[in-house]
Amino acid sequence: MDRDATADVNAPHSMGTTIIGVTYNGGVILGADSRTSTGLYVANRASDKITQLTDNVYICRSGSAADSQIVSDYVRYFLHQHTIQLGQPATVKVAANLVRLLAYNNKNMLQTGIIVGGWDKYEGGKIYGIPLGGTILEQPFAIGGSGSSYLYGFFDQAWKEGMTKEEAEQLVVKAVSLAIARDGASGGVVRTVTINSEGVTRNFYPGDQLPLWHDEVEAHNSLLDILNASNPEPMST
Amino acid sequence: MDTLLSSEGDSQRTQYPYVTGTSIIAIKYKDGILMAADMGGSYGSTIRYKSVERLKQVGKHSLIGASGEISDFQEILKYLDDLILHDNMWDDGNSLGPKEVHNYLTRVMYNRRNKFDPLWNSLVIGGVKNGQKYLGSVSMIGVHYEDDHLATGFGNHLARPILREEWREDLSFEEGVKLLEKCMRNLLYRDRSAVNKLQIAKITEEGLTVSQPYSLKTFWNFAAFQNPTVGAAGSW
Repeated sequence: MDRDATADVNAPHSMGTTIIGVTYNGGVILGADSRTSTGLYVANRASDKITQLTDNVYICRSGSAADSQIVSDYVRYFLHQHTIQLGQPATVKVAANLVRLLAYNNKNMLQTGIIVGGWDKYEGGKIYGIPLGGTILEQPFAIGGSGSSYLYGFFDQAWKEGMTKEEAEQLVVKAVSLAIARDGASGGVVRTVTINSEGVTRNFYPGDQLPLWHDEVEAHNSLLDILNASNPEPMST
Repeated sequence: MDTLLSSEGDSQRTQYPYVTGTSIIAIKYKDGILMAADMGGSYGSTIRYKSVERLKQVGKHSLIGASGEISDFQEILKYLDDLILHDNMWDDGNSLGPKEVHNYLTRVMYNRRNKFDPLWNSLVIGGVKNGQKYLGSVSMIGVHYEDDHLATGFGNHLARPILREEWREDLSFEEGVKLLEKCMRNLLYRDRSAVNKLQIAKITEEGLTVSQPYSLKTFWNFAAFQNPTVGAAGSW
């Protein structure tokens, strides 16, 4: 019993995670939670799982933190050289295919699911999903990580082609927040990154400002505040 | 491999499939080959992707369909791209037909199997060259053969009996499509990883066309389905 309670703080850092990438009319929005767990312990409650590869291409990382970080480091390095040689910004497709190469050719050793999203002048906003195994699939939206299990039904119902930037952002935040509500391995804050022809914008939605879902209650500083709110019967028998 | 540096996984490297496609069904018909596949990509028991194209053109004369791990299929398509590219570079007026493509893939699959590092797919190659229709399959361990009608995965169990009964040498395009659809509908009912969005590809001497994605109607309105447990409460 005791052994379970202390948890395995030496277990590999994994991002049980919720990651999302959606296209909208003009660009893409990437979203993620911020929890990195080692076994049962939350090693980092404010991680940034949305990682920059180039000015116009970002990725969402899930699975093993180490594996996803090293893949993103290699691809950033390759893309940098590619950009120098090409003389113009790399396309999202090239970035995604570089990720695929690493993911596919090292499929026995890596345990990371990645969503690549960005904007380039040829194809506009694009999202590529690269799950375990190294399959590459271009999609209008992609979800990944352990929390995504709870979002398949949600997106089947809520997704629409050609949303505005605001609609898409709200959808992403709502979705990550719903996944956090049910997935123990997801939590913390919701981070979003919006990429379009004008550039890149980061947004931050702290955990205490997310909507409340079923069976969740409002947060307070203390019971005493509730008691003192001139309420005749705050404690029931 | 340096035993100090390689991990224990390297010398015995059978992988596990992650994102998989289900059955492929293919038949010869009067003018060529017809092949059908749904557009599902399963991730274990989750139907994760519903727009995966599992039928692809290979050069001028061939069509390939794949079931199994999608990432390995994508890699095979890259190998085939190279193969066709180099064939074209000879610029000798000749081009690889389905029989040659089938043979090449058989060698690839079998050699990977021998290294305990298979490409986790079952492939179907079909095509027409110089009036000759060809239809062959290769499995992930290199088992290969040709036939008038083929199926992979669940299709082996559900589609083949139908094809054995109803296939004929001189099927028209319409009859062929109906036959494939009969098989695909059965797979929809009985294969857990089947998805109701499919494509049918046709290849003839003239060329290849892949249909737009479409869905099949299914039938549930049988009297026996309405109240199946009425005679034996608690049963299913």
